[in-house]
Amino acid sequence: MADQLLDIRNLKIEATLRPPGEKPHDVTIVEDINLSLPRGRVLGLIGESGAGKSTIGLSPAGYGRGGVRITGGEINVNGRNILELGASSMRALRGKEVCYVAQSAAAAFNPAHRIMDQVIEATLWHGLASRKQAEKRAVELFRKLGLPDPEHFGERYPHQVSGGQLQRAMTAMALCSEPDLIIFDEPTTALDVTTQMDVLAAIKEAIRDTGVSALYITHDLAVVAQVADEIMVLRHGKMVEHGETRQIIENPQQEYTQRLVSVRSIDHTAKSPGEPILTVNGITARYGKAGIGKPVLDDVSVAITPGQTLAVVGESGSGKSTLARVITGLLPPEKGNIQFDGRTLKAALKQRKKEDLRQLQMIYQMADVAMNPRHTVGTIIGRPLEFYFGLRGRKQRARVIELLEQIELGPEFHERYPAELSGGQKQRICIARALAADPKLIICDEVTSALDPLVADGILKLLLRLQEEHRVAYLFITHDLATVKAIADSIAVMYQGQVVRYGTRDEVLAPPFDDYTDLLLSSVPQMRVGWLEEAFSQRRMEAQGN
Amino acid sequence: MLRHMPVTAMIGLLLTVLFLFCAVFAPWIAPYSMAEVVGNPWEPRSAEALLGTDNIGRDLLSRLIYGARTTITIAALATILAFSLGSVLGILAAVLGGWADQLMSRGVDLLMSIPTLIFALLILSVMPSTIAVLVVVMGVLDSTRVYRLARAVAVDLNVQDFVEAARLRGEGRTWIIFREILPNALAPLIAELGLRFIFAVLFLSSLSFLGLGVQPPDADWGSLVRENRQGIVFGVPAALIPAAAIAALAISVNLVADWILKQKTDLKGGRSG
Repeated sequence: MADQLLDIRNLKIEATLRPPGEKPHDVTIVEDINLSLPRGRVLGLIGESGAGKSTIGLSPAGYGRGGVRITGGEINVNGRNILELGASSMRALRGKEVCYVAQSAAAAFNPAHRIMDQVIEATLWHGLASRKQAEKRAVELFRKLGLPDPEHFGERYPHQVSGGQLQRAMTAMALCSEPDLIIFDEPTTALDVTTQMDVLAAIKEAIRDTGVSALYITHDLAVVAQVADEIMVLRHGKMVEHGETRQIIENPQQEYTQRLVSVRSIDHTAKSPGEPILTVNGITARYGKAGIGKPVLDDVSVAITPGQTLAVVGESGSGKSTLARVITGLLPPEKGNIQFDGRTLKAALKQRKKEDLRQLQMIYQMADVAMNPRHTVGTIIGRPLEFYFGLRGRKQRARVIELLEQIELGPEFHERYPAELSGGQKQRICIARALAADPKLIICDEVTSALDPLVADGILKLLLRLQEEHRVAYLFITHDLATVKAIADSIAVMYQGQVVRYGTRDEVLAPPFDDYTDLLLSSVPQMRVGWLEEAFSQRRMEAQGN
Repeated sequence: MLRHMPVTAMIGLLLTVLFLFCAVFAPWIAPYSMAEVVGNPWEPRSAEALLGTDNIGRDLLSRLIYGARTTITIAALATILAFSLGSVLGILAAVLGGWADQLMSRGVDLLMSIPTLIFALLILSVMPSTIAVLVVVMGVLDSTRVYRLARAVAVDLNVQDFVEAARLRGEGRTWIIFREILPNALAPLIAELGLRFIFAVLFLSSLSFLGLGVQPPDADWGSLVRENRQGIVFGVPAALIPAAAIAALAISVNLVADWILKQKTDLKGGRSG
């Protein structure tokens, strides 16, 4: 028993649902989970949302979120069943033997306290070290995790450091009390690819150096393959497959795992550009007063060919969403103009003709806030039909059902409300709403980034098929290069408001690269073991070569 | 939906319906007419006058029933006016933004900076105290509160992606206000509606008690309290009965409003769902 740090047997977790107007009833969230973790190993828990991975991940801390209860089985940490512990022994366990790193460090830090006080809080509370010793250890951890100016980093407040740094600070917080087990709950999901790679490497190194065990929860198989020794694949609260990382990635046994591994392998042949439908000429734009500060967009020019896809790639803050706002007319530019279908578009939305609005549609990142929660699917898709084409009554209904068919949903969705749909279905409805206007160009703003990989794949396939059938052009805004490879005909790479690289897909993705594109491309996690080390050693070699 | 109604809401609904019934069918239920003198002043309860008589010998029960009609009608009309005015202008201000918003909001601030009761007394001492004037004065003064709530809710909703999507489609302001924003702002507004109705009842009662509300021989509950207040000195409870009616109405309507609010937020299609 002593060599197994964590030993979970027949774990069953239930929650009580209280739907309005019905009797409360229990649902089983997790069932029949068995796992054991020796010291110094990292287990990756992977699955889509609702798979129960976070629920299982939190169970070694004896914690259930929002009314979730552990109702069966046993959880042994350091040889004792924590489900039999009382509240005070539980407090002694949390933060000392088991620590937790949350997905959104920005939300997990208290903005009113300095980082140092929060990092060493648990250590002091458990009386594991004096304040001086704890601070010294924290500074060491800051250095190990590659945080800038480690001696003084802890004096800052959470809002004074970047998201990636905060995530690393949170890892330091977890490591500070020298726990036996750390639970990482999607620690890099909210970060840009380039930042994600650094944080991932820092976490991996810290785990290796301190010899701590870890549960690493994520939905991204390529990420978990870099840090985990073994992987457990979960679906609907049950285990699908469990094995060594290499076996799962290279030789998955179950059909579901195989699908997860082969995700993002969509490909299409890039078309060569022709006479453009939309040309953006020398756009400079900024928020606030003209001429003050740095513009968000600086002399941006791109073009889109009918029936093709231009992908605009960049990390957050690169100005890619602002470009969409300028094209739609929500933010009139300071300089430059937009040609659409042979005519110059008016800068402001209010001055544009209805016909221009119809031909230029938009799909949003967060499908659930992009639809009015009080409208039925029928109204959501039907309104553009009525608004642009004057379709009403039975004709409108028939056309809505036709559109539902095109997005692979049945006519029964006509009467549903957005709250009754899954994430992927919501995004499909948004696509149908855009399609209802029969547009020439659809702006897709990060349409797949809030979705699980398999669902995102389905959306991408749908978009490609619809492009083929309707010859509609896409302006596809994303930070995910794997998506770009799958869907783009041409690519514009943006960095700090400027287009740093622009051309057809094959040109942009072929060497020689500029520094930024190189960084971006080499930061995309690849679905194989050892990618992280290779990427870093290659960077080091390049740095020496220069 | 009715089966899972909590007891409190049931009581509230029962009382509210009872009051409404009295208001609507007053001439048929009331044993006597409004102004008919049936006995001596402040007679105790008897078979002829179930609740006794008032300061000049009219039947208190009949006056209470007719009073319900006056009170509820004026308060309801004023609340409806306050709501239509306040919520539409509030959402409009949020949608328009800029100087139009500033102008409207500062105007409302100005109105709110004057104590409501004093302002109402001021206007009613110049204008005749007819029902129409009362409704308009109360409605406009109350609409400032609704305006602020509606604007606050709408400002949040106005920046949601689905409103932006409607704007990109080219929708006009009418659609955005009534079809995109209003349905989502309804839950807090309905909660406010119950509360505002009660405030209107209390406000009207205060005005009548001060003698500037409903004029004799008509009477609402506030004027009933006023007419009979001297009776308290002699141990006659005639003033307490309309006061109790006001309290009962206030509580019962609130219980119903609370329940409706809960239903609304629990409904399918809510943002919390």
